[in-house]
Amino acid sequence: MNVKIRIEGLKVSFEGKEILKGLSIDVFKNKITGFMGPAGSGKSTLISVINRMIDFEDNAVVEGKVLIDGQNILGDKIDAVQLRRRVGTVFAVPTPLPRSIYDNIGYGPRLKRGNHRRELRTLVVESLKKAFLWDEVKDRLDTSALKLSGGQQQRLCLARTLALTPEIILLDEPCSGLDPISTAKIEEALDELKKDYTIILVSNNTKQIARITDHAAFFYMGTLIEYGPTEKVFTNPSEKHTEDYIQGKFG
Amino acid sequence: MIKKAFTKEHFVRGVLTAFALSSLLFLFLIFIFILIEGVPLFHKIGLKNIILGFKWAPTKGSFGIFPMIVSSFLVTFGALVIGAPLGLSCAIYLSEYSGKRLKLFLKPALELLAGIPSVVYGFLGVIYIVPIVRNYFGGPGFSLLATSIILGVMILPTVISISFDALVSVPKTYREGSFAMGATKWQTIYKVIIPSASSGILASFILGMGRAIGETMAVIMVAGNALRIPTSILDPLRTLTSNIALELAYATGDHRLGLFSTGVVLLIIIMTLNYIANFAIKRRVIK
Repeated sequence: MNVKIRIEGLKVSFEGKEILKGLSIDVFKNKITGFMGPAGSGKSTLISVINRMIDFEDNAVVEGKVLIDGQNILGDKIDAVQLRRRVGTVFAVPTPLPRSIYDNIGYGPRLKRGNHRRELRTLVVESLKKAFLWDEVKDRLDTSALKLSGGQQQRLCLARTLALTPEIILLDEPCSGLDPISTAKIEEALDELKKDYTIILVSNNTKQIARITDHAAFFYMGTLIEYGPTEKVFTNPSEKHTEDYIQGKFG
Repeated sequence: MIKKAFTKEHFVRGVLTAFALSSLLFLFLIFIFILIEGVPLFHKIGLKNIILGFKWAPTKGSFGIFPMIVSSFLVTFGALVIGAPLGLSCAIYLSEYSGKRLKLFLKPALELLAGIPSVVYGFLGVIYIVPIVRNYFGGPGFSLLATSIILGVMILPTVISISFDALVSVPKTYREGSFAMGATKWQTIYKVIIPSASSGILASFILGMGRAIGETMAVIMVAGNALRIPTSILDPLRTLTSNIALELAYATGDHRLGLFSTGVVLLIIIMTLNYIANFAIKRRVIK
């Protein structure tokens, strides 16, 4: 198995309060890796380091290394804007822009120069198909994305991310506000997508982690408690803490 | 005991209601008064002869205010040309780029700018702007250009504070979504944030226009007050407000009524602008 992301001794603190306390973890290529843990365990902070959205937090101090294909993305030479094209993100709350469905997906590709109109059209259609949204919106690509339902908006955000042709997709509790049917559609889409992408799924829903991930990591209070193949983590966890969490004794 | 408290409550409530309604009453009275004084002349001279008339010689029976209407719009437009880009840039800087500490310093400074009396602006205009215009561009110095510069600065607080509110109220998710798709900060600002805040920004421009068209003191001091339509930005001009302020002190009879007619026209223009601005702001809230 190829390592896509290697995190070494990652520490993040806000105004002296340590959120991540020296994490090290390897995320494998073309797999879905699940990050789980109770609120405040540092999962979302970890995501914001990998896509460098943490740059927008004024008081965050980041130490350690995050290597993508062996290159430290926390280094000075890395352009965070370029990085975010390689590392796509879908947030917990759907974040469509107040534009048409078509323009929402075209937004990212259009930021780069030299994209032709016909190619863009193909890209939009393919992205929508991959996100399992095409059939529902193919007749109304020009309507506002804000008119879609929550589940559709979230799949739109996934499609939008795919249109960037990223290498890695980060999903930060993408189904937390969705009904079971929408959740199932997203899970179905992710299962197809892992052939081409490295996917990290953050979720509070342990059942979801068990259903669709290949590897699972359990975080608690800013440290990695357990990490391994999902089946092992769920059937035979080596830590008592993990077992309690999975069985719903706390969290 | 209880009854006493009850009547006292009623009394306070009654007084406050009366005061609150009195402001409405004053507004209404001003409106009625100006209409009563201003409208008869429209009957006597004719609406067309006043609004489209070129000659203002009130003692000889000519009440044409067309040059002043044009001048009022010209200085307002000029103020917008200078104040709108400056104000919008400042609002963008404040909402998107400046750190917390600088914001703490800049916001009160802007409010102070709004509190400076207009005669001070006019004074600065006469002392600095007018000579600069005269020496570097030619003409008398008292001009459309000088007036536009002064008014452009005067509308800054209005433009900045209302645009700022509009920019800040753009949902955070729009920014996140844009950044996550690999947009730079500037791309996010001009492709997402400004379009989302556009109606508020437009409202700030319109309210700035209202402020510019109604300004009197500073305009009298730097505009030169010549009674004609300016043919270049270096020509002096007289606005509707200046006309009233300059002549009311000695006007009698029809002359005085002519100034009230000027006031009616001004009132209608300003009310229209405010109505449009309110409409723009409301549309934003509903959306």
